Amino acid sequence: MNDDAPIFEVSSLSLYYDDFRALKDIDMEIRRYAITALIGPSGCGKSTLLRCFNRMNDLIPTARIEGRILFEGSDLYHPDVDATEIRSRIGMVFQRPNPFPKSIYDNVAFGLKINGYRGDIDEAIERSLRQAALWDEVKDRLKDSALELSGGQQQRLCIARALAVEPEVILMDEPASALDPIATLAIEELVRELSESYTIVIVTHNMQQAARVSHETAFLMAGEDRSGYLVEHGATSQIFTTPKSERTEAYITGRFS
Amino acid sequence: MAKSKVNFDPRLARRKMIGGVFYFVFLCAVMVGILSLLVLLTRILMEGLPWLSLGFLTNYPSRHPEIAGIRSAMMGTIWVMALTALFTVPVGVGAAIYLEEYAPKNRLTQLIEINISNLAGVPSIVYGLLGWALFVQIMSMGRVVLAGALTLSLLVLPIVILASREAIRAVPNEYRLGAFALGADQWQVIKGAVLPSAIPGILTGTILALSRAIGEAAPVIAISALVYLTFVPADPFDQFTVMPIQIFNWVGRPQDDFQSLAAAGIIVLLAILLTMNALAVILRNRYQTRSED
Ligand SMILES: Nc1ncnc2c1ncn2[C@@H]1O[C@H](COP(=O)(O)OP(=O)(O)OP(=O)(O)O)[C@@H](O)[C@H]1O
Ligand SMILES: [Mg+2]
Repeated sequence: MNDDAPIFEVSSLSLYYDDFRALKDIDMEIRRYAITALIGPSGCGKSTLLRCFNRMNDLIPTARIEGRILFEGSDLYHPDVDATEIRSRIGMVFQRPNPFPKSIYDNVAFGLKINGYRGDIDEAIERSLRQAALWDEVKDRLKDSALELSGGQQQRLCIARALAVEPEVILMDEPASALDPIATLAIEELVRELSESYTIVIVTHNMQQAARVSHETAFLMAGEDRSGYLVEHGATSQIFTTPKSERTEAYITGRFS
Repeated sequence: MAKSKVNFDPRLARRKMIGGVFYFVFLCAVMVGILSLLVLLTRILMEGLPWLSLGFLTNYPSRHPEIAGIRSAMMGTIWVMALTALFTVPVGVGAAIYLEEYAPKNRLTQLIEINISNLAGVPSIVYGLLGWALFVQIMSMGRVVLAGALTLSLLVLPIVILASREAIRAVPNEYRLGAFALGADQWQVIKGAVLPSAIPGILTGTILALSRAIGEAAPVIAISALVYLTFVPADPFDQFTVMPIQIFNWVGRPQDDFQSLAAAGIIVLLAILLTMNALAVILRNRYQTRSED
């Protein structure tokens, strides 16, 4: 696959929760091996859009989409596409760390086992924990409960858990919002490192974070009808220095929330 | 003294008095319960303890109170309860998993849910008659262990389903989402993320449901009704009796000695019940300490 081709191509995507249209006519492309930040006021549909990329919205019975998302050039929502398989290729990290109430080891092993990993599980676990910059802190206590870890460690464990499955894309929904500034920096640094081998889409409320971490930024807003729409999408440096839209400028300079 | 508030009349003395009265009323309410239980227990212990011996546990019932024992009833109870557990756990947990994890939330499932709750409140004698008609008569099993266990299963099943659903619903949704996001399918989510957290709660609820069934005489009377049973059931197709029926029979006899035997039987039954409840508490505690980690 051509490295310059976008990994996702979203065209006229709308999402409804029952009758409520949460996303309206989104058109955007997600660049491969880049970090794309989704920013925008609360309730504008950032999480909803993020969940469209790995079909997590399928789990919400009222959710229904119109329009199209191409992943690696083929329709993500085609009836022949298995959402389970998609989710093993497109990992997700949630806002609140949600390790399973099992040992650290079993947390990472879970994804390997359910997806029928053929290699050495112990090795894969060590590799994933190293990638998530957690190995040194937990290598002597792999059998301890994951719930004994600190919040920041738990979030890195969740990242390790997602990495173990060897996804192509990692979706992150405000992965640092429940963490203190130091743990947040650790996650940000990790995200930067991961972007060398993964495509990352990250939702954040924190403007500095978006500016520091991402290569591209997409700004969403909710209209009069509360539907979220894409205001502007471009290189992060451009969005933060010379935004095309006044609304973008107002938002990033904190003139409204 | 501090400046008194003009706009208020605090009536502190009166409030204190009313508070005291209610405290006393509630204390009495608790005492009524505890005291009557204590009186009951001491009466039973005083009457039954002298009759409690190894022989009482190993002898068969008899016309002669000195050598009468509860062996056949105790073994009958164990047989029936073991089979009941065997039937209700898979079916009850399966139904709960279906309702919580698979079933679409629509009118039909709502109707089913309401009816299961209603079934849990149906008087046990109704289940006894149903079991008698269905298993003993229509399926002509006869008055055997299997018929008794199936009848008690009908009685316990709604409670097991309700308790299991409660336990499954208590599993945070984040675990399910976390598993789905790793590419798990529905069953892998249930097996890997839901059941491990729910099983202690399911076990606790099931044990409590079974311990309710163990003391029930009414539903089994219609199935067993045999009291002078001088053998222990060897398989599910043997005749049987259970402890509450044996006790009920002894209580109904005019001789004082049989009353005391009944008391001894009650002590054994209570001991079994307390053990089961303790097990439930231990499981719950272990579960709580684990999830607080
Ligand atoms: N499961 C759902 N059912 C119905 N409506 C929903 C559901 N999830 C989200 N919504 C609605 O969709 C809109 C977008 O929600 P979403 O969670 O995507 O916003 P967000 O941009 O992530 O907000 P935040 O920054 O607060 O996380 C909101 O109006 C919300 O109320
Ligand atoms: Mg959100």
